[in-house]
Amino acid sequence: MEDLYRENLLDHYENPRHHGTLEHADFSHEESNPLCGDRIRVDVKLSEDGSQIVDIAFSGDGCIISQASASMLMEEVDGKPISDVQKLERQDILDLVGAPLTTARVKCALLGLKVLKAGLYQYLVDHQD
Amino acid sequence: MEDMIKSLDVARIRQDFPALNERVNGRPLVFLDSAASSQKPVQMLAALEQAYRTSYANVHRGVYYNSERTTDLYDQARGKIARFIGAPAPENVVFVRNATEALNLVAYSYGRHFLRAGDEILLTELEHHANFVPWLVLARERGVRLKFIPLTPQGTLDLSKLDELLTPRVKLVTFAHVSNVLGTITDPKPIIDRAHAIGAKVIVDGCQAAPHMPVDVGALDCDFYALSGHKMLGPTGIGVLYGKAEVLDAMPPFMTGGDMISNVSFDSVSWNDAPVKFEAGTPAFVEAIGLGAAVDYLAALGMDAVRAHEREVVAYALDRLSEVPGATVIGPTDPDIRGGAVAFTIKDIHPHDLGTLLDREGVAIRAGHHCAQPLHTRLGLTATARASFYIYTELREVDALIEAIYKAKQVLRK
Repeated sequence: MEDLYRENLLDHYENPRHHGTLEHADFSHEESNPLCGDRIRVDVKLSEDGSQIVDIAFSGDGCIISQASASMLMEEVDGKPISDVQKLERQDILDLVGAPLTTARVKCALLGLKVLKAGLYQYLVDHQD
Repeated sequence: MEDMIKSLDVARIRQDFPALNERVNGRPLVFLDSAASSQKPVQMLAALEQAYRTSYANVHRGVYYNSERTTDLYDQARGKIARFIGAPAPENVVFVRNATEALNLVAYSYGRHFLRAGDEILLTELEHHANFVPWLVLARERGVRLKFIPLTPQGTLDLSKLDELLTPRVKLVTFAHVSNVLGTITDPKPIIDRAHAIGAKVIVDGCQAAPHMPVDVGALDCDFYALSGHKMLGPTGIGVLYGKAEVLDAMPPFMTGGDMISNVSFDSVSWNDAPVKFEAGTPAFVEAIGLGAAVDYLAALGMDAVRAHEREVVAYALDRLSEVPGATVIGPTDPDIRGGAVAFTIKDIHPHDLGTLLDREGVAIRAGHHCAQPLHTRLGLTATARASFYIYTELREVDALIEAIYKAKQVLRK
């Protein structure tokens, strides 16, 4: 277990990167995991042409896995084109966490990505030409 | 007559539960989630296997030996369960899949037939979703109003306003005999009597009571009592709805099909008598036979002894948890009014992280809202950890729990 709750994960939990909210976000989205009450909100600021993430922040509360993996995800996607975000998958998040998770805990780890993708999807639907 | 309650021989009992000898993550399993589902004794497993291996056939169908033998076993199981819960007759016992189905059966059949717009249902703030959502759906559909018996700060039902809540509009009163989160044991009799005084019917959710303490539905005089077989040494897929004969007789069927009919023509149908009226299609008769073997096992131990053992384990767990810095027990602190479940929080550790870390020590607990979200909201919590005990739980397993909690605190630097 120490291999899961190891230094890197605990560090992201205790010192979350990109933690907070953005004042002029292009989109914000929030969801919770009904099973355990983990809750994550993501605020995203995009470039002028809407193709790239220029600033991102998350807030919320919940277990270490959900909050630390959201923090890792923020670092991963900040500055990236949104096409990269759309390509992110379950395994990419599990790779970031870097330690085996039981089935029940995978949901916790994936909440941040789920929120980001759902928010981005809604933004793209709302901004179709 | 014996005045002394015999005590359980837990070491002997554990030999009947092969799953308890397993190792998890390289450590002996410490199974503390019996409130979710209990482990199974070899005697029950043997009854299942024998029913499938020997003279197997469908029930209530054939006139040949196998079918009649299996039908006899099924009927015997109904009788065993009736005796176990103090029902006047086997016909009071309706076999269902689980307690959720039992409660839905009452909501759909009794509720939709007898309740009208403007009627009220009185429930409590501590209900499991299974005894809340069916009523919420009925209320929305029929314009029925839900009212709730509130909680005291100690986590017991606050009955001080019960007479005000029991207005003539209240047609149904329902509550958990034992809370699956707070552990609170509610004495059903005073509520049942006061509800009957205004003409309301009473449903008791006995999921966390029937496996753990003597239950006498006849003495309680409740109209319905629901229980789940898998929480009391039985297999999954079998539960029981107890109902008073006159109430079951007055209710329309919940599902229709084979077995539950009396006569069918091309344009008409008449129903069979209860309990078969509520058992459309091939029932889970092998599982019912298994549940019969499970209650045989419990009856042989004596439910007074079962209760006394769990009270001892709970008292010890409350005591040990009180020593742990940052630990808060949810619910009453008096073991006399607590069933076999102890929910708690550890400061600054999310229950899911705690559950995962305990699992690495072989300690299996439940973490989450335990299907009682409104209660958790009421308590200002999103999730709790829960350790629950049964006939096979040893005090050393409580020690293992406490040790594992200290270890988790160490790993997470809390």
